[in-house]
Order: sequence, then structure tokens, then C-alpha cells
Amino acid sequence: MKYKETVKVVSQTCLADGVYSMWLSTENIAGEAAAGQFISLYCQDGSRILPRPISICETDREKKAIRIVYRVVGKGTEEFSKYTEGQEIPVMGPLGNGFFKKNKSALLVAGGIGIPPMVQLAKELKQEYGCKITIVAGYRDCKMFLKDDLSKYGDLYVATEDGSFGTKGNVIDVIEENRLSADVIYSCGPTPMLRAVKAFGEKHNIETQISLEEKMACGIGACLACVCKSRETDDHSHVHNKRICADGPVFYAGEVEI
Amino acid sequence: MNTKVNLAGVEFKNPVMEASGTFGSGMEYSEFVDLNKLGAVVTKGVANVPWQGNPTPRIAEVYGGMLNAIGLQNPGIDVFVDRDIPFLKQFDTKIIVNVCGKTTEDYVEVVERLSNEPVDMLEINISCPNVKEGGIAFGQDPKAVEAITREVKRYAKQPVIMKLSPNVTDITVMAKAAEAGGADVLSLINTITGMKIDVERQTFAIANKTGGLSGPVVKPIAVRMVYQAANAVNIPIIGMGGICNGEDAIEFILAGASAVSVGTANFMNPRATEEVVKGIEDYMIRHNIDDINSLVGIVK
Repeated sequence: MKYKETVKVVSQTCLADGVYSMWLSTENIAGEAAAGQFISLYCQDGSRILPRPISICETDREKKAIRIVYRVVGKGTEEFSKYTEGQEIPVMGPLGNGFFKKNKSALLVAGGIGIPPMVQLAKELKQEYGCKITIVAGYRDCKMFLKDDLSKYGDLYVATEDGSFGTKGNVIDVIEENRLSADVIYSCGPTPMLRAVKAFGEKHNIETQISLEEKMACGIGACLACVCKSRETDDHSHVHNKRICADGPVFYAGEVEI
Repeated sequence: MNTKVNLAGVEFKNPVMEASGTFGSGMEYSEFVDLNKLGAVVTKGVANVPWQGNPTPRIAEVYGGMLNAIGLQNPGIDVFVDRDIPFLKQFDTKIIVNVCGKTTEDYVEVVERLSNEPVDMLEINISCPNVKEGGIAFGQDPKAVEAITREVKRYAKQPVIMKLSPNVTDITVMAKAAEAGGADVLSLINTITGMKIDVERQTFAIANKTGGLSGPVVKPIAVRMVYQAANAVNIPIIGMGGICNGEDAIEFILAGASAVSVGTANFMNPRATEEVVKGIEDYMIRHNIDDINSLVGIVK
């Protein structure tokens, strides 16, 4: 079930350069959100008409709250970053399908602003299955975020592009350097990273799930803006265009061409 | 209070529809909107065979609006007839099927295929700016507009709406051409061709380079064109272009539209269509209007 509701900002903090964390109290969304789903936030400024899809970082069902961690990349996210406690935001969610959680050892691989959904995923995998969790997080530099949130739930390995922390290089470099493996890979991050993760999963015959992003308008599968090339024909148009917002954003890596 | 409108013999419970392409066939939005409350559901364009559509990115936001170049991705008429029409038949609303094609034969094939289906009206899309063949190619030449209208009318069992492009010098010429071809109703405006360049990446914001501009930013252009067309022809007009609320809808009706469509506003608020219906009723109460039809085109 999806909801359009007005959520309220509980708190907002800046985690790193341009990266913000916001807890939102919701009526219904927190009760239904699963790891890997997203919400669409509408701007107050009427000149920005499209909602911004942002992944859910964490859910607190008891407090009926969700947390989003996002990077300021334009005017819309800049507006969000200025919100303070009590600000009301029209929101639609939870949207899309989350990760397909498996009771198997897990390797979570995330880069940049693809890191936030891994917090809730790691939490749910640990609480629901208690499976072995290894997490790889890739950052640009030492301005890192969510490191402590992730290390609560699994063994955390870090890569930085400039080598200022952890392994110098990308997430694949960390995986190879430490000979990391698992039964299932869950991944979210920039497309070049996902391409490398997909190739790694194929090479080592590991089930790999990737979470994609694309410019979205409706966010619910009606407008067909955010499609990706898929191996099989899609349910909607019977061509090879799966809808990232409705059929994804999480796909088995073999399902899609990236 | 009467909100019923009659277009070419089809009675709608109210003048509010949604604009083709922004609402699918209503399935996704039915989680947010009671489709029974709408005058009609206008489906996304359907062709004789499935269309892949354009590469991504397919959309970009601009100040007060957006550009899109989806490229009419659709499942083709077979899937549409098996899946989308039965879905829509569950609701007490009229069904308008938007028809697209690359050639006159493509359009006619879809129109004929729909002749025995429980569809109330056909809307012929001769104005999509985002496909190379068909679409706007038919919509910018009055002779072509008249010819395709006549051809479609020859095979159509349902009343025909011709959807006009705003990407023309004089909309009245196209409106008259469609009327001369036998169109029962006109709908306008489709999107306005635009472009956005991402200055940081120094490239086009959407893969198709150009896209159709829609949203609140286009409303004054749309109102002007509806006004001009309404004063040039004697067939009813469905007005659209940036309608977000009841007042916007009333503005089009005052300009000469007999009905209105809500398009990009669905992305701004998934319940926009229902809110426009309510907004029109509120306006009628506030202004002591008994019949919505009494407002059509009264601003001269």
C-alpha cells in the first residue's frame, strides 16, 4: 500500500559535506516500509514541480518514523536541507520494491549516496535472520557518513577514492584485497560501481541484487520516465523496459542491462 | 448543481479527465484516486504494436514545469484490449482511448480494433513531439490534419477527438482543418517542444535532446490557444495545459473549453484530478452557478 501523507521533520543533522540526515514522523509509511524502498518528497517552492525520490535509510516502527540520508545535488535537496524540526513535508511512499532478503550470508556493497539504504537492510538481515553480514562502503574521501550505523550490524570495510581512509580505490578493490565473499550480494550506488559489482557477482557466481536510480516523474509506474533495459519483456509494455520506480528499484543483476 | 457535460453525444458526470500519458490506464493512480469520481479516464497512447519508447533520461524538470520525451512507449493494442479495458470497465467513468501511430494505416488499425470494444471515445494523437514518424508530423500541416481526421472517421465507431499540437503558427488553421475532416471534438494543447541543457555536464538534459514542455508554466499559452480554437470552430473542446486546481479548470472553461484534462499536475499531487473536481464544485457554489455548461466560453 502506498500513501500520500504529510510527514513532520523530527530532526535534521548534517553528516558530512552536503550530506544530511533527516528523521521524519509519519502516519503510515514507517509501518509498511521495507529496506530498499524509497519515498518521494514534494518541494514547498512551486517552481519545482516534481517530487524527489529518496531512499529510506532507516525505519523506526515504534516511533512511526523514517530516516532519510541524502546529498544536496540541486535546488530541491537544498530546500530540504534547510528544514528544521516541525517542518511539514508532503510525501508519497513507501514506493518501489525493497531488497529480496535471503537467510544467507550477505555482502552489502554500497557507494556514495547509495550507502543509506544499506543501514535498514543490514538491520533487518541481522534481526530477522542473524546471518553473517559483511559491508563494503565506498566514499570519495575521508568525509564519510553512516560508518557507525553500519558497523553495528556487520563487519565494515571502507574504500576511499583518494586513499584518505581504508583501502585506496573502489569497492571492488576492497573486496579483492580482503577476499570478501558471501552467498548474496546486495548493492546500491552509482551505475559504474553497480556495473562492476554485477560483473564481480557473475564472475564468482554469486546472486547479486542491485538498486538503480533514474530521473522520475510519477514515482508509481504510470509515466514510464524511469525505465531501464531488461533481459525479459516487462509486465507493463511487453517490451524490454522495466520501470525502476515500480518494478525496481532493486533488481537481480541478471535482469537488467546497465 | 449540474456538472454533467455532453461531448458528441457522450455524457460525462463532470468535465474533468486526465491528460493522456500522465496517468497510464489509471491502474497505478487508482491507489490514490477514486476513478469513479472522474468524468473520464484518457489512456496513454496505444499503437498497433508495442513501442519501446526513447532512451533515458526521458524527463527533466524546468522552472514551473517539465520536459518529457518518453516516446510513446506502449504495449500495443492486443495487450491493451485484454488488460486495460477490462480494468477500466470496473469503474463508473467514461473511457477515452488515445491512439498513436507512425502511418495512417497504423492509426486506422487501432481504431478498427477498438470498434467493438466498450470504449466511449477515441482521441487521435497527431501531436506528439517526441517521435520521429507519425505524431506531430501529422499535426503541423492542415492538409494532413484534415486527411487523417477523415480517414480515422471513416473507420471509427466511436466519436473522435483530434488532439492538436501547439507547435504551430496559427492554431485556428489546424482546428478548422480537423473540423473539416469531421472531428467530433478537439483536445488541446499537447506539449510544447522545448530543450534543456545541463550546463555543468555541458550536454542535453534528456537523451532525445528535445522534449515536450508541460506543467503550470504552459498554462497561459494553452488558455490562449483554447480561446482561439473555441472561437474558430463549432465543435466542443477539451482544454488542457498546466491545470492544477479548480480555478485553473474554470479558466479554460471560461475561455471556451467544454471539458478539461489534468496532466502534469498528477505528478505534483497524485490526487490532483479529484481535487480539481472538488475545486470546480466549490467555485460553482461560491459563484452561485447552477450549470457548468453556462460558463463555457463566456469570456469573449
